Amino acid sequence: MSILIIQILNSLFYASVLFLIAAGLSLIFGVMRIVNMAHGTLYGIGAFVTAWLVGRVLAAGVPVGLAFLLIPVGAAVVAVLGALIEPTLLRPFYRRAEEYQLLVTFGLLLILEDAIRFIWGGLPITADPLMDAVPSIRVGTLIYPGYYLVVIGVGILAAIGLWLGIYRTKFGVLLRATSQDRRMASALGVNVGLVYVSAFAVGCFMAGLGGAIIVPSQAAVLGMGVDALILAFVVVVIGGLGSLQGALIGALIVSFVRTAGIQFFPEIELAVLYLIAAVVLLVKPTGLFGSA
Amino acid sequence: MKADTAGKVSRRSPLILAAAGAIILVLLALLPMYIGLYQIQLLTYGLIASIAALGFNLLLGYTGLLSFGHSAFFGIGAYSVAFLLRDAGIRSMELYILIGLPIVAIASALLGYICVRHTRIFFGILTLALSQVLYSLALKFFWVTGGTDGLRVARPTLLAGMLTFTGAGSYQRFVNSYYYYVLGVFAVCVVLMWVIVHSPFGKALQAIRDNETRARFLGLRIRRFRWASFLISGTFTGLAGILWVPLNGLTTPEVLYWPFSGEIVFTALLGGFRNFTGPIVGGIVFTYLKTYAVATTEYWQLLLGVVLVLLVLLLPTGIVGAIAALAGRLRGKERLA
Repeated sequence: MSILIIQILNSLFYASVLFLIAAGLSLIFGVMRIVNMAHGTLYGIGAFVTAWLVGRVLAAGVPVGLAFLLIPVGAAVVAVLGALIEPTLLRPFYRRAEEYQLLVTFGLLLILEDAIRFIWGGLPITADPLMDAVPSIRVGTLIYPGYYLVVIGVGILAAIGLWLGIYRTKFGVLLRATSQDRRMASALGVNVGLVYVSAFAVGCFMAGLGGAIIVPSQAAVLGMGVDALILAFVVVVIGGLGSLQGALIGALIVSFVRTAGIQFFPEIELAVLYLIAAVVLLVKPTGLFGSA
Repeated sequence: MKADTAGKVSRRSPLILAAAGAIILVLLALLPMYIGLYQIQLLTYGLIASIAALGFNLLLGYTGLLSFGHSAFFGIGAYSVAFLLRDAGIRSMELYILIGLPIVAIASALLGYICVRHTRIFFGILTLALSQVLYSLALKFFWVTGGTDGLRVARPTLLAGMLTFTGAGSYQRFVNSYYYYVLGVFAVCVVLMWVIVHSPFGKALQAIRDNETRARFLGLRIRRFRWASFLISGTFTGLAGILWVPLNGLTTPEVLYWPFSGEIVFTALLGGFRNFTGPIVGGIVFTYLKTYAVATTEYWQLLLGVVLVLLVLLLPTGIVGAIAALAGRLRGKERLA
């Protein structure tokens, strides 16, 4: 019984991180109609920046409690990076064919992956002290790391925050208006360029937060972004590109299937996920919650 | 009058093309006398990459579908050869090709049947997802595929066992002979693809690419055409995989992994996917570019990424497209002068 609870908690933990990545990807697609292939790498950068900062700060003797503040800092660094990338690299491509947009973000992926290697070297970086600082909890006869619950909490908060931001604020209205009809929004006086930059930065912030929040529990390693990207693709394909609920439900489905997969059918765990994605694409091309 | 001159041009241009092709082929055939063994090997890799890109481009350039999963076919070709050697003890290159081609054709037909239901971005994601199913299977079923270690492939015999490569100096002999072998297959592939894209079938594909609605009004069964194009495209790329394994001597799941699909896309784009010769040039240039980048810097991915971004930004028609545009401008000036 306690195993079951732990597995459910594990699934929710993965779902939180996956949701952060996939929601960012989905938001960027929803507003700008760009599938950002470098999105997973931005998540990786969030992890590396945070782990590196945590290591530095703890070495300087700052108490662990304060080091938790570095998680949003890591995410913010990625957001700033995003705000730099959008106007320089992506803006020239909005009028070009989708293929070119995909290719330019693929080029960005190659560049950023090597930039990580250049800056932090090839070795994994950890931020375990943060994980150890949160006391473990008891589940029946087993012990469960409390930090995972923190991550789940952050995931839930991020989902609520994003929902409120998109559906309950003025910025959200501008965002939705721009995503529905860019030219009309522009004609009505919306600063479309600013909306695009902010949407891309918010999407990057989410990816960075996903990386920052997962790094205390598992080391930042090269290639983590590429794996995350593929999983995020599966999530948004199942849930529907551009849909917030879709990213949430997709993340939950993928996480639960993965947890069950690792337990019961480890060899075909990933294959099952991709097959689910393929079946959804066949039956409902726009995903469970997507529209056109 | 107009139709007449157009007819003349189209009647004459295949001859010129054939002559140009023959000259290039002779030059390529003479080249090994002047370059070292390593260069010959590199050029062979380049020709193989060209075949892969040529197949890929039937889908991107002529049908307008961007596949991000062509590593699947390359990998299926490569693994077919490895399985044929390990499980059936086959050592003949001709048998590899004869048995391998139907395998990749069937795989392309199956994946294509699913994928062509979508276009644009969804097509790309679907091809990506399905190719990654294969990748994860190759990785996880290590007792069949060797996992990340991959499978070794010994040097095969060429021309129905007439050429065997054992004993002293066999490596040099193999690289030399294999170059001509690949060159021969390459020439056949180029001619075949040229015929395909200039056939009514190829014209139909281009019509679908340019205007789907209009093509449907003309009575074309769009999905079936796309499926056929996918099948041919996958088979060409699979053939490249079959040819690649004996030269590389090893196949790993890397060739099924999606960044490898990205490299195929890159190749076509580098040469120029709106041209018939673009992917051919791209395949050879990319092979040299990557080898050079890997040799000179640890951060070769970064270099390739920068090249890719610059290419998309400044040279969207690729090398061949740019040269053609330049030549056109020069010719225009001549006429003015």
